Amino acid sequence: MNKKTKFICTLVLIAIGAGLLVFIDQATPSSAMIRSVLQLSAIYSLAAVSMNMLNGFTGLFSLGQAGFMAVGAYTFAVFTIPVASKPTVYYLYGVADALANVALPPAAGIVVAGLMAALLAAVIGAPVLRLKSDYFAIATLGFAEIVRILVASSVFNRITNGSLGLKCIPGFGSYYTPFIVVFICIAIIVLLMNSTYGRAFKAIREDEIAAEAMGINLASHKQMSFIASSFFAGISGALMAMFLGAITSTTFPLMLTYNILLIIVIGGMGSITGSIIASFLVTFAKEWWLRFLDVEHFIGDFHVPLLRTGFRMVVFSVILMVVVLFWSRGIMGQKEFTWDGLYGFFRKLKNKRQEKSPVGGGAAND
Amino acid sequence: MLSIKDLHVYYGGIHALRGVSLEVPDGKIISLIGANGAGKSTTLKSIMSLVAKTEGSVEFDGVDITKYPTRNVVKTGIVLCPEGRRVFPDLTVAENLTVGAYLRKDKEGIKADRDWVYELFPRMKEREWQLAGTLSGGEQQMLAVGRALMSRPKLLMMDEPSLGLAPLVVKDIFAIIKQINEAGVNVMLIEQNAKAALEIADFAYVMETGEITMSGTGKELLASDEIRKAYLGE
Repeated sequence: MNKKTKFICTLVLIAIGAGLLVFIDQATPSSAMIRSVLQLSAIYSLAAVSMNMLNGFTGLFSLGQAGFMAVGAYTFAVFTIPVASKPTVYYLYGVADALANVALPPAAGIVVAGLMAALLAAVIGAPVLRLKSDYFAIATLGFAEIVRILVASSVFNRITNGSLGLKCIPGFGSYYTPFIVVFICIAIIVLLMNSTYGRAFKAIREDEIAAEAMGINLASHKQMSFIASSFFAGISGALMAMFLGAITSTTFPLMLTYNILLIIVIGGMGSITGSIIASFLVTFAKEWWLRFLDVEHFIGDFHVPLLRTGFRMVVFSVILMVVVLFWSRGIMGQKEFTWDGLYGFFRKLKNKRQEKSPVGGGAAND
Repeated sequence: MLSIKDLHVYYGGIHALRGVSLEVPDGKIISLIGANGAGKSTTLKSIMSLVAKTEGSVEFDGVDITKYPTRNVVKTGIVLCPEGRRVFPDLTVAENLTVGAYLRKDKEGIKADRDWVYELFPRMKEREWQLAGTLSGGEQQMLAVGRALMSRPKLLMMDEPSLGLAPLVVKDIFAIIKQINEAGVNVMLIEQNAKAALEIADFAYVMETGEITMSGTGKELLASDEIRKAYLGE
């Protein structure tokens, strides 16, 4: 396959995806489950890809994802809640004077949310990135908890509204907004990962000493990866805030980090396409396909046992264990989806069939 | 071209290098031989600034590079092909080579050097798209040398290139080292395989417990009784 055909194939794939989205938007009522699950999957895929950038590509095992998402979500909310709604939102403590008349348009709010998360990453990066493996994970985990506790603390009552949380957050202008934002962000990440920087990140993941001996500046590259990952985590947090319309500190618990970690493990550490595929699969399974397990069912007079609220999470966990046991490198491993890969896959299938058929034919003749 | 004066390195309380001085003149292959723990690898690592120097100076082409960080040492034209190969196992052969040229911006030159590396190691060309981790030990060593050459060094330092390789493969590697040197790259070689290292070297240094104890041309050292007893087992 030459470059041109691949490019056309990619365009066709994007067009099909967009067309499908438009079709779903037009054909389903606004309350349909698939609409919101698709949006949520898209947001999760950005969160997963940004976390994968750090954990899968640079090999820094961070557990601070929920913290950076919370920073993004809160920054977005604080700067974009309409001025008219502020008195109702901050009815108990009042709003900080500096913020009383501030309401950025959502697009600017998203960028500011990303920048705020990136800034925080730059500040904590210098000390935290000196730590190795497990210690780094624990430090970032601690950071996420600190963020969660700080936004709920009374010190920031007039900014974050304490434990009451923030509401009246502007939602998506159109149904397509989250998809477009996520598409742009992931496109940027893909470009970054295919650049010299991306290769340097991978080299650091593989062997720090060899990477350093090749002249790669370890400290600055780790910092860069940490900041970029946090920037996109902040944006995914902002999208989450838009999606939910209201946030509190409990919207971003430790469990969120683990959920995203799970997505990137299932998709394959170090594979962007894997993360995206897994985001959609996991979100669909958890939010929609397995829902039937949560309600009682009767087949004729037979009462299906075990089915009750919460049972889907049990089944989900079992599926997870099976995946981790049998596909320990995830759906994609470290590979990306490529047209060459797909082509090769089908050729292999074809070859296998051709190998089989003469043997089968020979047996029949005997 | 490279001149080291009175280099001291400490690992915590251990005095690993006790005043090492040596010279690598232009166009030559220099070998550094010695037993385990003599400080050969430490010498190379401290030249690369991968370990901190306590005292002493390193001068390359008239420039004092003692305090340069590793990336600047690589920029001035010294590269280390590390012990135990250390290729990037989950990157392809081609990607490994590209990472080797990390500090270079001249696309044409990189391409030309890649072709040169493929000419030196035709096997690498065949396995261009294979993951480096799936190569055999000898192939990985070739890739590590190729990757180091991609930075277009004036001085290539090799730490135990024969480690863990079959004798036939070692012969190949040493032939290639000779070829690289003939192409105008200076080579500094650390080896435990003293015989091979002395045969190929224009000049050699012998290290013991952090100090240079002997030096001479490869032939002189091969003929010396002391060396034959201590390192060649005769």
